[in-house]
Amino acid sequence: MSAVLVVCEIRDGKLKKTSREALSIGRKLAGQSGGELQAVAFGPDASSAAEEAGKLGATKLYAVSHESLKAYSTEAITSALAQTIAEANPAIVLLGGSSDGRDLAPRIAARLNAGVASDVTSLEWADGKLRARRPVYSGRAFATVEVHSSPAFATCRPNAFPAEESGGGASQVVEIAWEPVEIKARLIESRTPQTGELMISEADIIVSGGRGLKEADNFSIIRDLANALGGAVGASRATVDAGWIDHQHQVGQTGRVVGPNLYIAAGISGAIQHLAGMSSSKHIIAINKDPEAAIFRVADLGVVGDLFTILPALTEEVKKAKA
Amino acid sequence: MNSVVCISQVPDTEARIKIAASGRQIDEAGIKFIVSPYDEYALEAAIRLREAKGGEVTVLSFGPDRVAQALRECLARGATKAVHVKGDLTELDSLAIAKVLAAAIREVPHDVILFGKLGVGTDNSLVGPMVAELLGYPQVNVVTHLEPGDGKVTVHREIEGAEEVIESSLPVILTAQKGLNEPRYASLKGIMAAKKIPIDTKSPADLGLSDGDLEAKVKVTTLELPPEKQGGRKIEGTDPAAAAAEILRYIKEEAKAL
Ligand SMILES: Cc1cc2nc3c(=O)[nH]c(=O)nc-3n(C[C@H](O)[C@H](O)[C@H](O)COP(=O)(O)OP(=O)(O)OC[C@H]3O[C@@H](n4cnc5c(N)ncnc54)[C@H](O)[C@@H]3O)c2cc1C
Ligand SMILES: Nc1ncnc2c1ncn2[C@@H]1O[C@H](COP(=O)(O)O)[C@@H](O)[C@H]1O
Repeated sequence: MSAVLVVCEIRDGKLKKTSREALSIGRKLAGQSGGELQAVAFGPDASSAAEEAGKLGATKLYAVSHESLKAYSTEAITSALAQTIAEANPAIVLLGGSSDGRDLAPRIAARLNAGVASDVTSLEWADGKLRARRPVYSGRAFATVEVHSSPAFATCRPNAFPAEESGGGASQVVEIAWEPVEIKARLIESRTPQTGELMISEADIIVSGGRGLKEADNFSIIRDLANALGGAVGASRATVDAGWIDHQHQVGQTGRVVGPNLYIAAGISGAIQHLAGMSSSKHIIAINKDPEAAIFRVADLGVVGDLFTILPALTEEVKKAKA
Repeated sequence: MNSVVCISQVPDTEARIKIAASGRQIDEAGIKFIVSPYDEYALEAAIRLREAKGGEVTVLSFGPDRVAQALRECLARGATKAVHVKGDLTELDSLAIAKVLAAAIREVPHDVILFGKLGVGTDNSLVGPMVAELLGYPQVNVVTHLEPGDGKVTVHREIEGAEEVIESSLPVILTAQKGLNEPRYASLKGIMAAKKIPIDTKSPADLGLSDGDLEAKVKVTTLELPPEKQGGRKIEGTDPAAAAAEILRYIKEEAKAL
């Protein structure tokens, strides 16, 4: 009855991690609501998601395969999704907390006069309603909200829901015939940065550096450890403002909010605005020479010491352990 | 080129959050309120549009009496008009706020309508795109660069690991990201000039919206402080090699990240 529809994004021929996470919690919700788990994907390779979506529990994949949906456009995808929702009639629509997911959710919800629980860290179906928990005030409080609309929308915070396969077969593909609409905001160019670095919003492991690094060149110490661990490089705002590293790496209230499995903070004092961006990480290690540093209050393992000697030693140990 | 900037007033980013007796809202007593940090980038962008292309900069806020103060601050920085829609937001959701803002925007000249990419506090990132949909305008979220053209704007949108260049016709809704500009401070002259500008005050009913129109779809049932995180183990006074070995053990055995 109460179906759950998950909006899926495909990148390099695979489902994005945020979509895999949304499908996984979607499967649990479908279990609670007694409805089916459905997926929807857009663009010429939309139906290629059937295999992966099926493994994650989606029985049906709506494919809006129109050529013009190759790149994301708010106006086009909103229209295509509205048409899919009209056909699929879900009680819940979930989106991953990606840039596009967060662009799309409020737009489609307003079109359908529906509510969105944004950036949620837990979800359940209770008393015929979607109930969500979400951090507010930059993690200084948690709100439990209920969405009183059908469908009810939610965007899932990256890394909050583990992606778990259920071992199902490929989803049944249902093609949606959609007519393009007028586009007023057009994508002219997409620029990927020079570096092939892993982005902090998607990483399982983040190694972050702060002003304790003293100068820009010393970010190499952070980079070496991140590379050895297969993680991403994060940064405090002080280092971004100093021009040591690009803003894309900033963790915190005015940077990115991250929740990786492992967060290592070196030479970061732990200002409230920094904690807002990382305190929901599952495991936190802090290295700081000041025993009173606020970062130790959220650290699972705190090491009082000099990052310039400890980190290089750690990088060597990690390399040895991996060899 | 006329701009409208939607301003939300939020608790200071360092404020200690306490929960009100209702268990569903924060206790506002003793809290200092500020203009939401991302809205400052939005305002600065609008002031620069006016400097380049002329036109009005209208600041718009929906909220209780105290938001008049935030509007005054924006006027002092260079906004030319201010609209205060008075109302209590505590039982409203993003969509209701968006309906009020959309109705108020219809009444003022507008080509570029700016928002913060996120209201610091609600942490939603919902209101801007909802207003865009209600008005039927295009939207670009998380904007880091804005260039006005003839009857259009070219903007940069930040996404994961990339940047998009997007061209949009007007009117358009943009949400501002850090990096878009460096907001200016108010000058003494600006503060004096701002005192002479009247704030246009109205109610949602004046905009033709009934209580029914504003019924929240998303309702807060409880608000709680996060579980007090007990700092974990702390090691001190060990030599670097021993410290590194202990961190490695933690990464392997507890975080299971290796
Ligand atoms: C509205 C607003 C938004 C903000 N948003 C953000 C945000 O998104 N992200 C963010 O990070 N900040 C943000 N800030 C800034 C924040 O308040 C802090 O100023 C900033 O996080 C400090 O960065 P830091 O920890 O690198 O530097 P510092 O506070 O200077 O800390 C440096 C630390 O390095 C340690 N150290 C020095 N040398 C060594 C050594 N050899 N070995 C080990 N440790 C050493 C010191 O003991 C110190 O604790 C914001 C501020 C405001 C007002
Ligand atoms: N009550 C309000 N009045 C005016 N603008 C608002 C209001 N609430 C939110 N906004 C705008 O919407 C943006 C996003 O807010 P939010 O969706 O709550 O994260 C803010 O940065 C403001 O620009």
